Amino acid sequence: MNLDELKKLKEKAQRQVALREGHKKYRVVFSMGTSGIAAGARDVMTTMLDEIDKRGLDDVEVAITGEIGLVDVEPIIRIEEAGGEQVTYAKVNAADARKIVTEHLEKGKVVEGLAVGKAKK
Amino acid sequence: MKRTHILVCTGTGCASAGSFQTRDALLAELAKRGLSEELDVVETGCMGRCDLGPVSMIHPDGTFYKNVKTAEIPQLVEEHFLKGRRYEKLLPTDPETQHLVKTQADFTFFNRQLRIVRDNCGVINPEKIEEYIARDGYLALGKALTQMTPEEVIAEIEESGLRGRGGAGFPTGRKWGLMRKAPLHPKYVVCNADEGDPGAFMNRSVLEGDPHSVIEGMAIGAYAMGAHQGYVYIRAEYGLAVKRLHIAIEQAYRLGLLGKNLFETGFDFDLEVRIGAGAFVCGEETALMRSVEGRRGQPSPRPPFPAQRGLWEKPTNINNVETWATIRPILLKGAEWFASIGTENTKGTKVFCLAGKINNTGVAELPFGTTLRQMIYEVGGGIPNGKKLKAIQTGGPSGGVIPEQFLDTPVEYETLQKLGSIMGSGGMVVVDEDSCMVDFARFFMEFCCDESCGKCPPCRVGTRQMLLILERICRGEGEPEDIAKLEELADMVKSASLCGLGQTAPNPVLTTLKYFRDEYEAHIREKRCPACACRELVHFEIDVPLCKGCSLCARACPVQTIERLGDQKKFIIHQEKCIHCGACFDVCKFDAVKKTSPGIPVPA
Ligand SMILES: Cc1cc2nc3c(=O)[nH]c(=O)nc-3n(C[C@H](O)[C@H](O)[C@H](O)COP(=O)(O)O)c2cc1C
Ligand code: SF4
Ligand code: SF4
Ligand code: SF4
Ligand code: FES
Repeated sequence: MNLDELKKLKEKAQRQVALREGHKKYRVVFSMGTSGIAAGARDVMTTMLDEIDKRGLDDVEVAITGEIGLVDVEPIIRIEEAGGEQVTYAKVNAADARKIVTEHLEKGKVVEGLAVGKAKK
Repeated sequence: MKRTHILVCTGTGCASAGSFQTRDALLAELAKRGLSEELDVVETGCMGRCDLGPVSMIHPDGTFYKNVKTAEIPQLVEEHFLKGRRYEKLLPTDPETQHLVKTQADFTFFNRQLRIVRDNCGVINPEKIEEYIARDGYLALGKALTQMTPEEVIAEIEESGLRGRGGAGFPTGRKWGLMRKAPLHPKYVVCNADEGDPGAFMNRSVLEGDPHSVIEGMAIGAYAMGAHQGYVYIRAEYGLAVKRLHIAIEQAYRLGLLGKNLFETGFDFDLEVRIGAGAFVCGEETALMRSVEGRRGQPSPRPPFPAQRGLWEKPTNINNVETWATIRPILLKGAEWFASIGTENTKGTKVFCLAGKINNTGVAELPFGTTLRQMIYEVGGGIPNGKKLKAIQTGGPSGGVIPEQFLDTPVEYETLQKLGSIMGSGGMVVVDEDSCMVDFARFFMEFCCDESCGKCPPCRVGTRQMLLILERICRGEGEPEDIAKLEELADMVKSASLCGLGQTAPNPVLTTLKYFRDEYEAHIREKRCPACACRELVHFEIDVPLCKGCSLCARACPVQTIERLGDQKKFIIHQEKCIHCGACFDVCKFDAVKKTSPGIPVPA
């Protein structure tokens, strides 16, 4: 193994442990109370995890929380940007989830049609 | 992608508390709930709080859980991983603030630490080289081999100010420089992982948690000093560390990070593990080398030093586990960075083992210059049960005892020496008011006496004589001349012994005589143990008005000398048969059994 090969191996391996490396740029929070789960939040989350993985994004963490409080429009996702804005998406389905990954998490563009609330932190 | 990593500590401490079962139960529960795809369970090395084991750390939210027993797993998974809220029952309490600790970063025990050597411990899976590589593993070796001359590596280590962590604090760069200049070949590098201090496990925690950091340090050292063969000398009882070391070495060979032509530079380095039987004296470097050669581990006079004539009469460099593990961060971040941490005389951090009468026991890495008070009250969370601190013993069985008035001493090699103690391997044993310092000294003298290899009479005979005197004093049979005799023997053993074991064995006696002489005198002159700890000198009595007549003590007494007082619902101790075992004192829930050490004459 030479130094370049080691560095390549490092890049590849880094994604395995990235989650343990402290603060991420984006934190995606799923409302995972009873109503969220009933509305299919689990599937949306698995899809999202899959898409994040496919895109190789490692500055993102995904968390769950109890009811966010907007029971009628579940599944709800809140995206918090470190030191930046906070965007809430409502009635998210699997296809939306993929779109949020490619637009919001990858390119930094809020998916306007889906966003219900935006708040400066 | 996984949304959460559940780190389960599988260091020796947690393993003995059942962490492998915890891991299995966790995996099964996650599978049952269909969470295996989203969550990862990662085994790590020691997180430093074995007393709370099995412990677990959750990423990315940073929650630290204690006592994660298998029975708790269903609830834990339900709460934290399905509902997304912390399972409070398993959160530790911070002894300083009395608050539940939500994340590791909120825990004073953790957030006062500065982790350089143990940076990866409890964070990566030590059995996966990829995780080590992800955290810059082997980059320092690559850098040294491809961009630095051996002399430059040595200069970097010298500038960093790194001193050996095995006890004596000898400057590592200087030691390497001497070795490089040694004319004979082949040369050897050795890692001293004997760690014989009872109760100390900082080296074990590094080997179990991050074995590659030691391997990488050794490969860098070998390159710098011109060696091509290395040995890790480790005691057999460190089973898990041995296993992880073997796995790590095998993985490093597989990726070409050990063996021939490393980083395509033509440099070869081979590494083997040698298992020791675990005698304390085998940690001494000359004894260690004999043991590696397969001979009896007995010290021999120096000079010749190992760098002149070591293993198989060839130049050999021995460093401690922690010393080796510090090499890589120095090369990665630079000597200047390292030298900015610590004190004028001693740079960097040290892994300490906090033990004894202290709330947060465990391993903690702190910069040199941290005061004893900070260690005990901030990191250590103070003394349990509202007891008073009496002293702190540093440096293991042959370390000295430091009394309360010196708590503001910044910890480094020279300051401890000035107080009559030593740094040793970084053991810190906190002693509270319930401990008798004479008995304390006796305990450690017994250890050193047992571990003396017997090669030289001052140590073999001197420690035995000192032990006999101490035992006598503890029994209340001490004589006025005993203190002088102890001092005389201590001087003789210290100055005439061949190796460090004998040379330091009197430290506990000398320091307790210096700082707690009144306790010796009370034992000798008044036959009284002020701490009420020496069995022969204590007296148990039931305070009759306080006695509720529950009879617990009577049932606990091994010699049935506690009886009902007449026909009352009260009990008394018949002193003639009492063997001072203290069982009655321990069981009474009403504080009716009184323990005293009245001295002569003992009331009937
Ligand atoms: C009785 C005795 C036991 C020792 N035990 C150890 C030990 O367990 N680990 C260790 O690294 N050094 C131990 N030492 C110190 C070693 O002899 C040696 O100085 C040290 O390994 C050098 O490493 P360093 O330069 O990295 O400190 C012991 C010394 C004596 C006298
Ligand atoms: S000082 Fe003690 S341990 Fe060391 S060589 Fe002499 S007898 Fe052996
Ligand atoms: S245990 Fe205490 S209260 Fe009970 S009988 Fe003994 S002295 Fe009395
Ligand atoms: S100290 Fe032990 S032997 Fe003495 S009375 Fe109590 S229990 Fe019995
Ligand atoms: S072994 Fe788990 S914290 Fe030490």
